[in-house]
Amino acid sequence: MRRVYFDNNATTPVAPEVFEAMRPYFVEQYGNASSIHWFGQQARAAVETAREQVACLVNARTNEIAFTSGGTESDNAAIFGVVEAARSETKHVVATAIEHHAVLHTCQALEKRGVRVTYVRVGSSGVVDPADIERAIRPETALITVMHANNEIGTLQPLEEIGRIARDHDVAFHSDAVQSVGKIPVDVEKFGLDLLSLSAHKLNGPKGAGALYIRKGTILKPLMYGGHHERDRRPGTENVAGIVGLGKAAELARAHRADDAGRVAALRDRLEAGMLEGVPLSSVAGDRARRLPTTTNISFDYIEGEGFVIAMDLRGIACSTGAACSSGSVEPSHVLTAVGRTPAQARSSIRFSLGRFSTQEEVDYALAIIPAVAEQLRSVSPHYKRREVGVRS
Amino acid sequence: MTLAVAMSGGVDSSTAAALLAENNANGGTPRVVGLTMQLWNQRRLPSLLGAEGDGSAAHATGRCCSLDDVYDARRVAAFLGLPYYVVNFESRFEEAVVRPFVESYQRGETPVPCSLCNTEIKFARFVETALQIGAERIATGHYARVRYHSATGRYQLLRAVDRVKDQSYFLFGLTQEQLARTLFPLGDLTKEEVRAIARRKNLPVADKPDSQEICFVPTGNYRRFIQAYLNEQGQKIESAEGEVVSSDGRALARHAGVRNYTIGQRKGLGIAAGRPLYVTQIDPVGRRVTVGDGSELFRRCLIAREVNWIRAVQEGDSFEAEVKIRNRHSPAGARVQALGLGQAAVEFAEPQRAVTPGQAAVFYAGEEVVGGGWIASVLD
Repeated sequence: MRRVYFDNNATTPVAPEVFEAMRPYFVEQYGNASSIHWFGQQARAAVETAREQVACLVNARTNEIAFTSGGTESDNAAIFGVVEAARSETKHVVATAIEHHAVLHTCQALEKRGVRVTYVRVGSSGVVDPADIERAIRPETALITVMHANNEIGTLQPLEEIGRIARDHDVAFHSDAVQSVGKIPVDVEKFGLDLLSLSAHKLNGPKGAGALYIRKGTILKPLMYGGHHERDRRPGTENVAGIVGLGKAAELARAHRADDAGRVAALRDRLEAGMLEGVPLSSVAGDRARRLPTTTNISFDYIEGEGFVIAMDLRGIACSTGAACSSGSVEPSHVLTAVGRTPAQARSSIRFSLGRFSTQEEVDYALAIIPAVAEQLRSVSPHYKRREVGVRS
Repeated sequence: MTLAVAMSGGVDSSTAAALLAENNANGGTPRVVGLTMQLWNQRRLPSLLGAEGDGSAAHATGRCCSLDDVYDARRVAAFLGLPYYVVNFESRFEEAVVRPFVESYQRGETPVPCSLCNTEIKFARFVETALQIGAERIATGHYARVRYHSATGRYQLLRAVDRVKDQSYFLFGLTQEQLARTLFPLGDLTKEEVRAIARRKNLPVADKPDSQEICFVPTGNYRRFIQAYLNEQGQKIESAEGEVVSSDGRALARHAGVRNYTIGQRKGLGIAAGRPLYVTQIDPVGRRVTVGDGSELFRRCLIAREVNWIRAVQEGDSFEAEVKIRNRHSPAGARVQALGLGQAAVEFAEPQRAVTPGQAAVFYAGEEVVGGGWIASVLD
């Protein structure tokens, strides 16, 4: 069966160039980057090249990049790190209501330790108002953490404005930029960021590798202990092949980003328009202008998202009901609820996320199938049937 | 055509899936898809997990919907090469099975959650999901048989060939529409044969022990479950205390709530009478539990409600049948009359022991399930 992959926000395929770059670091160049000898030096050189590639992608200095196991670790390291290092007696964090669980659950863990957290709401646009962030700041605020691109609906947060506010109030500013890095321009200077999380596997790199940008002078308490790696910021033998893959993926993203973004946005728009036209009673969540080029989150009324995703998969098309991390959960998505979708709409929502390797032919193939699948689900929905009766009478 | 097989991670449903999957391997129809219903989150009531202190911790054995069972089902599906998905029915299950289960006990009844689950979830919600994903037929690992009877144009529900494992008692609520869509691949097999097939096919769960208890009550202690559930719901357990009385109305002891008792119960009454005493009657309104000799447990008549007729039976029809009043009961001869409002009256030829409100009364004509309903009241 033909397979089409429209779940690039969950993960992306490793680019062939990335895979080739990683290959030598398993069997031939297997040294430990901390070793003194030649083997170690080969590995060290590769890690440092990757550091330059990543730093370059987000306009940071190389000594401000620490490698981690991925986005979740970077988020934990940044948030716990800053808050635990803060000296004040009472501590406060400002976040948004639509953060990824890697941030949300970390904040909730802090709350159990007595830290106060304000979850700033967003309107139906899915974009936070910087003024609301500013209003949430208190004298004891230790950290502002605002994601760049939302993973479920793709909306972009005004980091530049929030960065200015953070600077004015002298509060550390972190962003989970896992979904945006490599897809749209990310500049830690322009955004005024002190900390930024990124992950390799969202930009055609390997799983299990990521990085945390830490502005020089930012004090973090480390999550783990065990060695002096990564300037005492993250102990553990470096995942050399993974880091090399991340570096190569960053380099490719920088080279192709502008072209990719325009092309992918056009494909996404074609898919979205085709669905809105082909499936009655459908609507898109969040601001359609200020969002990632890759993502559309569409609600097909009277359709159960779970059944839709399975029915699509049985026809070879991969999409999702939302974050892969919360698949199987009963609760409607916190993001969709936050942007004002009703629980029924949230349960009817499907996320399609395209990537560098998506093609127009794939979009058209999916568009030929989606209306039939939607009709198949609606034909067995008692609510949909009742609605039809209601319309006639 | 596509067929959805319900996979619990146990040996029965895994073997059912394996028998059907042979079709996939041969590229034939139907195409088989494995689905696991996530019904209940065991982590919701942590006080029930391993807190018994008697070694009967929930994780010691496979329990429905534990992460282990989903893991097993997924492993079997991968082994068989089936497309496989977990579908979440937790909220529907709580609404349609767990809450009615608790409320039934609070009314002094003894419910059969598995029958309710079959009617409301496995053959209703599951069929709906199957249709959503394009599967027109479903299969489960139940021990029962479905047969199309061409003379009447109706589907019949029959007992399984394995009389010990027969689960037709729990399936009395199936409608014609549901029966028409359902396959029971194990209906013609004995449990031994099923195990043998599972071993021969090297299924990863071939030697997994059978589950015994109600799936969402991890330790088998329903009283603790009800307590924990009501606590979680923030429902104040108002004092439900009452009296335990003898047949002639003498007060013998106090009890903490009728939900802790079932008709025919002998253990845990806390009364020293010098002879065995049994719960013979439960009056939820007066909060009164009556106890008496074993001979007082026998009743001749019952009224069933919400009766489902699998055979075409009209109001006013009356017929001889063998009636089963709990899963472990040997069906007894009775006259059954279909009443209005979905009720039926059953008069046994011989009085039956411990006829219990809340249990199902299922009417058999030989192999065939004619219909069944919930025992609403019991008469002498």
